[in-house]
Amino acid sequence: MDRVEILKTYKIYIGGAFPRTESGRHYTPLNSKGDPLGNLCLSSRKDVRNAVVAARKAFGSWSERSAFNRGQIIYRIAEMLEGRKEQFISELQKQGSSKAEAEKEVILAIDRIVYYAGWCDKYNQVLSAVNPVSSAHFNFSTYESMGVIGVLAPQATSLIGLVSLLIPAICSGNTAVLIASEKLPLCAITFAEVLNSSDVPGGVVNILTGTLDELAPGLAAHMDVNAFISEPLGSMEIGIAQAAVDNLKRKFSYEADWSSEKSQGLYYISDCLELKTTWHPIENIGGSTSSY
Amino acid sequence: MKVPISFNKLPTSPSIDKVGVEERVARFQTRSIKNESKRQGLDLVLSMIDLTTLEGKDTPGKVKQMCYKAHHLHDAYAGVPNVAAVCVYPSMVRIAKTALNGTDVKVASVSTAFPSGQSTREIKITDTKFAVDEGADEIDMVISRGKFLAGEYNFVFDEIASIKEACGKARLKVILETGELCTLDNVRKASHIAIYAGADFIKTSTGKIQPAATMQVTYTMLMAIKDYYDATGIMIGMKPAGGISTSKLALHNLVMVKEILGNNWLNNEWFRFGASSLANDVLMQIMKLETGVYQSSDYFSID
Repeated sequence: MDRVEILKTYKIYIGGAFPRTESGRHYTPLNSKGDPLGNLCLSSRKDVRNAVVAARKAFGSWSERSAFNRGQIIYRIAEMLEGRKEQFISELQKQGSSKAEAEKEVILAIDRIVYYAGWCDKYNQVLSAVNPVSSAHFNFSTYESMGVIGVLAPQATSLIGLVSLLIPAICSGNTAVLIASEKLPLCAITFAEVLNSSDVPGGVVNILTGTLDELAPGLAAHMDVNAFISEPLGSMEIGIAQAAVDNLKRKFSYEADWSSEKSQGLYYISDCLELKTTWHPIENIGGSTSSY
Repeated sequence: MKVPISFNKLPTSPSIDKVGVEERVARFQTRSIKNESKRQGLDLVLSMIDLTTLEGKDTPGKVKQMCYKAHHLHDAYAGVPNVAAVCVYPSMVRIAKTALNGTDVKVASVSTAFPSGQSTREIKITDTKFAVDEGADEIDMVISRGKFLAGEYNFVFDEIASIKEACGKARLKVILETGELCTLDNVRKASHIAIYAGADFIKTSTGKIQPAATMQVTYTMLMAIKDYYDATGIMIGMKPAGGISTSKLALHNLVMVKEILGNNWLNNEWFRFGASSLANDVLMQIMKLETGVYQSSDYFSID
């Protein structure tokens, strides 16, 4: 007798838990063959609000962890993903990739996470500077995490796009609210399950599924979100930029082929950082000589 | 006007159906509140707040800062009401009174060896008189929970009556510290004793013990107020304190007050919230309704 396969209900990820959307709605995206991919939460503006509250709450302790410890945790994500490779490959195939493409995408995602894990305790040394000033000050600039980052996962990929934007944003101590690809959302929620089992504290990453039209403007306008990153948004771009202006959010749209090995780098990290310059008064050593 | 009665004339207090209370309270939380009523409700909540600081580390500077906040809740937006009162320790009453000179914000002072109440009658009376002499408009006393749980109800009754006498013109709020009373039956009985002994207000908690102002406890106390009002026609105020930090919970409380006691209690003469962080959450909700954008605590004053 043929067994009827259970269609998984993919729930959203907020504050380290997997609730259903508060709106109680769902949608069922189809793949190119017309098969249903799963039942997914059609999240609402209130879910965005709850996710931002969870992200803000998690920000304090995540940003205060040592950079080295954050590196360990990010690396742990890669380890867990490696262990569940097969599940991601089969989900990608279900969403329309060939087996070879799916394997390549998952392996690249793992490698990219390891890449950013390595940067955690190094970006600040590379980016920071001691600045020459013509007064009796020791003047230096270092980078600090910003706060809550709104992330729109790239639409054309299910896994590699979201990894490429999300991991550099959180590896410096930011927390994130991510809206998954509308038509290819499966890997986003399975990735949430990976995060949940890999020492990433609850609330550091929050993942919602639903429509961009409904979720993106609210997230972009939210006063408690400090930066907003995405791929180019076409007709939505101007509206989103205007919504983001109230609290002077940093807003970046990256045009990139995420499956290229070149689509990673230090500047994906530094875009979500604030530069702090410190003027530290010192004795005027310029004119003096050693007393010895 | 309330006529004092002696303890042996106290009517018996009814027992409480805990399951029934929980069901009724759950229903208050399902009311749909539309934006326009929500906006009015939020203004009302703000006007009912007793902005509170009761820490060992309180300084004159901290109290002055809080008093300033009491009548400048969010200057970036005009038309926000002031809070009802500030609530401080007796040693800070004079400072608060001076800082609030010329405003309609009242000064409430805790007394009677707050928060434990473990002291002698004389000290508690002295404590209360000191606060009143310093200028307190309202006194928040604690009952002796130990005596209450030991069954010495007449002691608790007499204590409240003697503090009421020491208050003079100041209104007396009686803190039951429901987190230490263990059962709703005890909450009801303590409310009953406090009301008949001379309380102008009954208040749930000190804020130092968890659980504090749960809706079940507040409901039980509101029912005691209602029964007293039905029997005598005299109004008693209610102040849930501790644990109410979100607008949503505050609005649920207002719904409950309206449905049990009616509109007469929906003002800061008869209903208060004891809270420190509620005001900012309400302000953020108001600004959300005004601007349509979710707010950040970065743009509101620090508590």
